Amino acid sequence: MSKKDSEYLINRKDNQYEVVIGLEVHAQVLSESKLFSTSATKFGAEPNTQVSLVDAAFPGMLPVINEFCVKQAIKTGIGLNAKINKRSVFDRKNYFYADLPQGYQISQFKDPIVGEGKVILDMPNGQKEVGIERLHLEQDAGKSIHDLDPQNTFVDLNRSGVALMEIVSKPDLRSPDEVNAYIKKLRSIMRYLGTCDGNMQEGSLRADVNVSVRPKGSKEFGTRCEIKNVNSIKFMQMAIEYEANRQVDLIEEGKTIDQETRLFDTKKNETRSMRSKEDAHDYRYFPDPDLLPLEVSEKFIEELKNDIPELPDDKKKRFIEEFKLSPYEANILVSDIDTAKFFEEVVAKMGKNKDIKLAVNWITGELFAVLNSKGLEISQSPVSAKNFAILINLIKNGTISGKIAKTVFELMIDGDKDPQKIVEEKGLKQQSDPKALEALIDKIINDNREKAIEYKQGKEKLFGFFVGQAMKASGGKANPQLINEILKKKL
Amino acid sequence: MSEITKQSLTELVENIKNKKLSSTDVTKAFIDRSEKSEELNAYITNDFTSALEKAKKFDQKPNLDSKLPGIPIAVKDLFCTKDIKTTAGSKILNNFVPTYESTVTENIWNEGAILLGKLNCDEFAMGSSNETSFFGNVQSPIDRNLVPGGSSGGSASAVAGQLTPVTIGTDTGGSIRQPASFTGIVGLKPTYGSCSRYGIVAFASSLDQAGPMAQNVKDCALLHEVISSYDPKDSTSIDFNRNHYSKELTNNIKGKKIGIPKEYRVDGMPKEIEDLWQKGIQYVKDCGAETIDISLPNTSYALPTYYIVAPAEASSNLARYDGVKYGFRAKGENLIDMYEKTRSEGFGAEVQRRIMIGTYVLSSGYYDAYYLKAQKVRKLIKNDFDEAYKKVDAILTPSTPSSAFKIGEKTNDPVSMYLNDIFTVPVNLAGLPGISIPAGHDSKGYPLGLQIIGKAFDEQNILNIAYAMEEKINFKNKITDWWIK
Repeated sequence: MSKKDSEYLINRKDNQYEVVIGLEVHAQVLSESKLFSTSATKFGAEPNTQVSLVDAAFPGMLPVINEFCVKQAIKTGIGLNAKINKRSVFDRKNYFYADLPQGYQISQFKDPIVGEGKVILDMPNGQKEVGIERLHLEQDAGKSIHDLDPQNTFVDLNRSGVALMEIVSKPDLRSPDEVNAYIKKLRSIMRYLGTCDGNMQEGSLRADVNVSVRPKGSKEFGTRCEIKNVNSIKFMQMAIEYEANRQVDLIEEGKTIDQETRLFDTKKNETRSMRSKEDAHDYRYFPDPDLLPLEVSEKFIEELKNDIPELPDDKKKRFIEEFKLSPYEANILVSDIDTAKFFEEVVAKMGKNKDIKLAVNWITGELFAVLNSKGLEISQSPVSAKNFAILINLIKNGTISGKIAKTVFELMIDGDKDPQKIVEEKGLKQQSDPKALEALIDKIINDNREKAIEYKQGKEKLFGFFVGQAMKASGGKANPQLINEILKKKL
Repeated sequence: MSEITKQSLTELVENIKNKKLSSTDVTKAFIDRSEKSEELNAYITNDFTSALEKAKKFDQKPNLDSKLPGIPIAVKDLFCTKDIKTTAGSKILNNFVPTYESTVTENIWNEGAILLGKLNCDEFAMGSSNETSFFGNVQSPIDRNLVPGGSSGGSASAVAGQLTPVTIGTDTGGSIRQPASFTGIVGLKPTYGSCSRYGIVAFASSLDQAGPMAQNVKDCALLHEVISSYDPKDSTSIDFNRNHYSKELTNNIKGKKIGIPKEYRVDGMPKEIEDLWQKGIQYVKDCGAETIDISLPNTSYALPTYYIVAPAEASSNLARYDGVKYGFRAKGENLIDMYEKTRSEGFGAEVQRRIMIGTYVLSSGYYDAYYLKAQKVRKLIKNDFDEAYKKVDAILTPSTPSSAFKIGEKTNDPVSMYLNDIFTVPVNLAGLPGISIPAGHDSKGYPLGLQIIGKAFDEQNILNIAYAMEEKINFKNKITDWWIK
């Protein structure tokens, strides 16, 4: 596929349209307590059991910044190669809603804690840089529950005051695939940093998606629509596809696009107008007088920098150089921090005489297949890295064949058993005694004289037949390399 | 020994420590007088029964090392008090009982004091006459139908009327100093960040400060020493070295340089205020201090700046009173209707006026012209003071441009009401400490106050100047007990 062919364009008659996408990702800060109070943040707790007087906005209650959340935001900024602002300001975003107890959300408007940065996406046709506009800290609101009672709305304030990082991208994304890669990359970076668990099912990662379209080759941006609060990558992609086509249709019909806020109906797979620009809230932002500007020193930032683990891009580079992996293999291993951890542990446990390629193949092959079928994360792998490494070594040093290894692996899954023991107990050790194998092969050649003659007369295909017979006779345990050698000699 | 309720806080503390009086004696005396003083309408909620119990308990096992041993104290109803209704003078909080205690009141109880009750105030501290309270206006002990000032009107009335030995108020634009001036008592607005705002119903967060109100400067210093503390629960609280204000109090102010700002000589200021000011200048000179003419050029912008900044913050601070979680809730067709009815019925006219002003000045399209500009002017006002303090140690001004007015006299003229704060608001905008002391009477016999403004965190200095002046002024408050039948 040429680079041109991979472009995501919407075609109508003779016109081609490019889609321009920017994301505002809301990532929940991984923190035991909330942004301005000491309440817990555990997911799925009984309603209104993680609410302090501050979270419920009782009279005279005051916010006090949680330093840990500030560190998390700065670390994320560092992970996004972004400028860390030594002075940032918390503002109040004023609006009334039943699940917003203060009547305002504390956010950062003019002076965010993190400024411009960038992330690199690995796309099939090469790398793509996506600009980060800013990252700011803000409080989450509570949750309104409308379906418990026909007359009343119930409010759960457990989420109220939970720290969020809003990460705003530049309008650099051009296709649903890039959005997919971008979200995954952000999630990967934050999981490496331990600043957000990236769990979309639990709402730890949501996004507002800004979409506009323009004729291919145009330098100007079209009018954008913002699709609010989309909580899965699949829905983001569907929403973008629908919205881009809707906008193109409007243009083709000679109509104009209204700048508005839309919501994505996941059941009907369509976006619908929520409010127009004219109806937009006037949030009356102003600096929160209960909080002083947030000032962090160079030293504070430097200390956090020293605390940053190796991030996916660097890890990938190292894997390629150190382990001679292909970029493709490295990508698969680094995209999730737990996979990378598992891999590195396996490498470490394999010791000196190791076969890294073999380990990679087994991780991305057999292990992934098992995890997939069981619906497990690699962190919950039924086989430990230690036993996995032993298994790979058993293959590498010829104790068992690849085929037998699969049997052993099946047995290891149940209770993380030591493969060495399985091999011993089940007598699965590879037969590598040349004398025993020679006897075995002599018998096979004897039993199949005609075929041996045919082979000698030039029917080389029959070699495979003899290998198969030998393996079968050994119960799969014969060392295939030795079988080959002996057969060649004897035939 | 004089009548208990006529004694100063310092005398009461001494008499309890010397076991000449018990906490029960003192508490009973103030309860009795408070009960006879219903006409002043100084209390919103009394806690007399439990106060007496606490006094008896104190007497059984008195801790005489504490700073306020067994002293009964009533406080402004803007301070949240655990298990005691806290209304902020508003219908919207008429049924609100906090489960927590403000830091400032906690500090007072930790020194052995006993809560007498909660004192009336303007609704959410918005007012200069205590006429905006949902619980009715407060009468001044100075004269029938005279306002005690505001917003700490109940507090001023209670101290001047001897219903409590001392009290605490809050001051956002003059709410301690103006009522102190109107009722002939001492009131200190501390440096912003000196007293914790935790547990105080917020009006304008960047201006609000709690402070002591007392019969004399020494009592004021003692109470300030108790309430001022660094509090990590308030992000604007400042950790600085706090003095033992009462112990370090001295009337020796020889050589101090006192600034006299020419811009405080405002148009239409009554001659008796000018005369009072001149007398004040003479007093400080008599004390051995030197007066220096200074200029605070941006003074005239202070009031308009204040009436942008304070309502802006208030409009946001008061958004939480929405009928959803606590307080008054009106029935509505839907959420928006409930909000509208709750807030229309729950807030009084003055509060609604300020919410609307505040909402307006923060609106997009107006923010730069009003709020942002006001913030810039606020900085200039602060710079004026910084500049002045290169030459002087403190500044002397009148506390108010007039003496107390009659109830109802200014209710229909909000601007004239706002003008009352003209000498006090610059101090809040600059975050400085200011103290009002009684300094004389006008032709009607109503008290007049002088204000001493200090450098940030220099409360000790202005308390000392006030202490020295107090001795020279020898002010006698004319309390006739007109309200006691």
